[in-house]
Formats: sequence, C-alpha cells, structure tokens
Amino acid sequence: MPAKRIIPCLDVKNGRVVKGIHFENLRDAGDPVEAASRYDAQGADEVTYLDIAATQENRGTLISLVERTAACVFAPLTVGGGVRSEAEMIALLRAGADKVSVNSAAVKDPHLVDRLSAVAGAQALVIAIDVKRRPGTSPLEWEVYVAGGTRPTGLEGVAWAAEVARRGAGELLLTSMDRDGTRAGYDLELLEKVCSAVSIPVIASGGVGTLEHLAEGLRHADAALAASIFHDGQYTVQQAKAYLRERGIEVRP
Amino acid sequence: MIALVDYGAGNLRSVENALRAVGAEVQVTHDPGVVSRAERIVVPGQGSMKACTDAMLASGCAEALVGAIGRGARVLGICVGLQMLFEEGEEHGGAKGLGLIPGTIAKLPDTVKLPHIGWSQVRAAPGCHPLFGPLDGQYVYFAHSFAAPADARGVALLAEHGRPYCAALADGNVFAVQFHPEKSQKVGLAFLEAFVRI
Repeated sequence: MPAKRIIPCLDVKNGRVVKGIHFENLRDAGDPVEAASRYDAQGADEVTYLDIAATQENRGTLISLVERTAACVFAPLTVGGGVRSEAEMIALLRAGADKVSVNSAAVKDPHLVDRLSAVAGAQALVIAIDVKRRPGTSPLEWEVYVAGGTRPTGLEGVAWAAEVARRGAGELLLTSMDRDGTRAGYDLELLEKVCSAVSIPVIASGGVGTLEHLAEGLRHADAALAASIFHDGQYTVQQAKAYLRERGIEVRP
Repeated sequence: MIALVDYGAGNLRSVENALRAVGAEVQVTHDPGVVSRAERIVVPGQGSMKACTDAMLASGCAEALVGAIGRGARVLGICVGLQMLFEEGEEHGGAKGLGLIPGTIAKLPDTVKLPHIGWSQVRAAPGCHPLFGPLDGQYVYFAHSFAAPADARGVALLAEHGRPYCAALADGNVFAVQFHPEKSQKVGLAFLEAFVRI
C-alpha cells in the first residue's frame, strides 16, 4: 500500500485563494502559487486547487494559474471546478495538472465519467462528491449536493460513490458539507461507509481542526484533504506527518 | 539537448518543467527526424498503453526511437513510456508494445485499491544500475493500474502493490520508470538530473 497522503487544498476564486465556512463568507487568503510552493517545500504529498467560482469567462485564469504552478511545484496537482467536457479536462492536464476533479457535471451526465476515464485514464480522474446527512435516517443516509453545495440532487451519496467508481473514476474526493469549515473532524461514519463500498482510493475532506482528526480520517481513507489548519499556519505539513507517524500511520518523510 | 517526445498523449508540460528545472535543454517534438538524431530522448506517457503505443507508431516516433536506441541514444521512458517498451499489455483486451523488452504488462491484483495512486517506497533489485542506486528506500509518486513483471530484463527498482513489480529498469542505453520523477519532488528531480548527466 502507498503511504497515506496529506493534501492541502486551496479553494480559488478569480486566481486567488479564498476560505469560507459551509462554502460561504469567503475571505481572501493569498496567492495560490505562493501557497502551493510553500506546501511543496513542507513535503505535502499533493496539492489540490478547487475553483469555486468556475465559469466559462474565467477558465483562462485557471489554466494560467495551473501553468504557473506546474512550473515551480514538482508534486502532484489536482484541479477541479466547473469541468464538464473532455476538452476542458485535456486543457487542464496539458497545462500541468496531473488529475482533474469533476463534480456537478458528472451528476448531470453520469456517462461523462466513462468518457473522461477513457480519454485520459482513471488515474487522472477524481470525482468530487459533496454530501450532507439526511436528518433522521437509519441506517444513515447522505444526500449529494452540486453547484458548490447549493443544490440538492436527490442522489444517495454511498450509491453515487459506488456508481462513479464502476464508471471509471480513479479516486473519490469526498466532502462532508455538514463538517466543512467547522473544524469538528471528518464525518467518520460517511468515510467508513464509502471506503467499504468502493475499491478505489478515497480522499477525506471537510472538518479537520486538529491533527487527531487527520489520524481518525486516515484509518479509513487513503488521503486526507485539509485547508484551514494549514492555511492559518496552525500546523505545518511536517508537524502533521510527525504526529501521524507517532500514531503508527505510514506517511512519506 | 533532450528530445521530449510529444506524440499527443500525456502531461508533457510537467516533464518539460522538471527537466528544465535540473538544467536540461529540452526540445518538445513530434518530428521523427528530431527524435532519430537526439542524444537523449524522454518518452512520457499517461493513460492507456494501447492509445500511447498507437500514437507513437502513427507519428513515426516509434520507428525513430527504435533507430535512435540502436545507435546508442540514451532513452528514458516514464510511466506508459516504460510500459510501451514491452511486448504486450493486458489493458483493454490486449495492446501491442514496441517489443524492445520481453514480457507482458499485467494488471495489478484486485486485492488492493486500484489505481495505485500515491507515494510508495522503491527498493533496489540485485545488480541495480548505479543511476537508480540513490532511489533505494525512497518514496516516489505512482499513478497506474498495470505494471511490468518483477523479473523484467534489467530490473533496477522494485515496488509492491498487491504484488512486487518492476518500478524501474536499465537495459543497455534504455532506462525506464513506472513512477513519475517529475512529480516526486526532490527525489525525482535528483534522478532526472542524474539521467541528464549520464
């Protein structure tokens, strides 16, 4: 098995890093390339950009951001936000992204997953899934949301995860909207359910506030995505890895 | 000068950036003439072995590459650039490779998560070529589901994901890696720098 990965995530908007809670109340958090380089130097296993305001008009801004990043960051780079076609995926890969993450467009047309996987290979395709708990369900159920977490879809999260894995997704980026930005820890029941339903790697996202949260998430997931604990300088990636190593979790030095 | 073969597949940009970062002069090319005259050639590759091999053949770069190897050019295949050196692959019901190295590229066992994505440790195989020696025990970045046999000719580094497999090989003037040195931070850049100098 590969080492468990620590992936700092940068939400970007108009070429700048932003951070909010529950995808709202955004504040400026600096230059993405600067932040990505800093994480690269700290030994991050990967860096993820999610363009949260992706539109046709600012697609060029994202491409040039990827180009600038790939020129100085020699770690894997995943880029997502508004990707809805083979051409858009190829453009990001050619700009220097290693993996492209797709969310809403896959829900709208599940066959897109098959096509993107065929055109670039499963290893280049991450399907991002944003879910919220359905209140009062037993056993627990989660509902898939799209459009940056603003629109419920009626899809059940675990079943959707299994479907995209079957259609050729290479990895899942699984975000708990209930936990996103709260620093209350990952939704561990969600992680456990999804990780046992698929045989592709799962990246846990949404809710990290402490290093213990990373350790909890990585007992199920293959990689841990985190934003605030790194952006605010609360912890460095090295500190996170040292903590995980002490807890017996294999991480890359 | 290094000819970086652009046959229409793969994330060339990252490989180009990494080679330039270690001081190499790089010419990105799909011209078989340039490939056949180059002293050093890097063949990247991403996705499917069949699509990559077909594109190499259709562009004329496969023939140029084989010719260049014959006259001693130093070649580095990366990821599918390693796989296509073999005779055949199991992917998509079967893919013909360039047949420079005997053996079949087979799917990793489904007892482990696939694709194999992330950082895994590599170990030097007995008789490991000195170019790969410094990588013994290091973590490098992989993104693949298919792999070459652990006993491939010239095997230099071994990795394990469900089974041991060939993570790097050196066969005369042909070198190849299953992992992505251009994405393996300092360890990967140091390897590329060493390739540029041999």
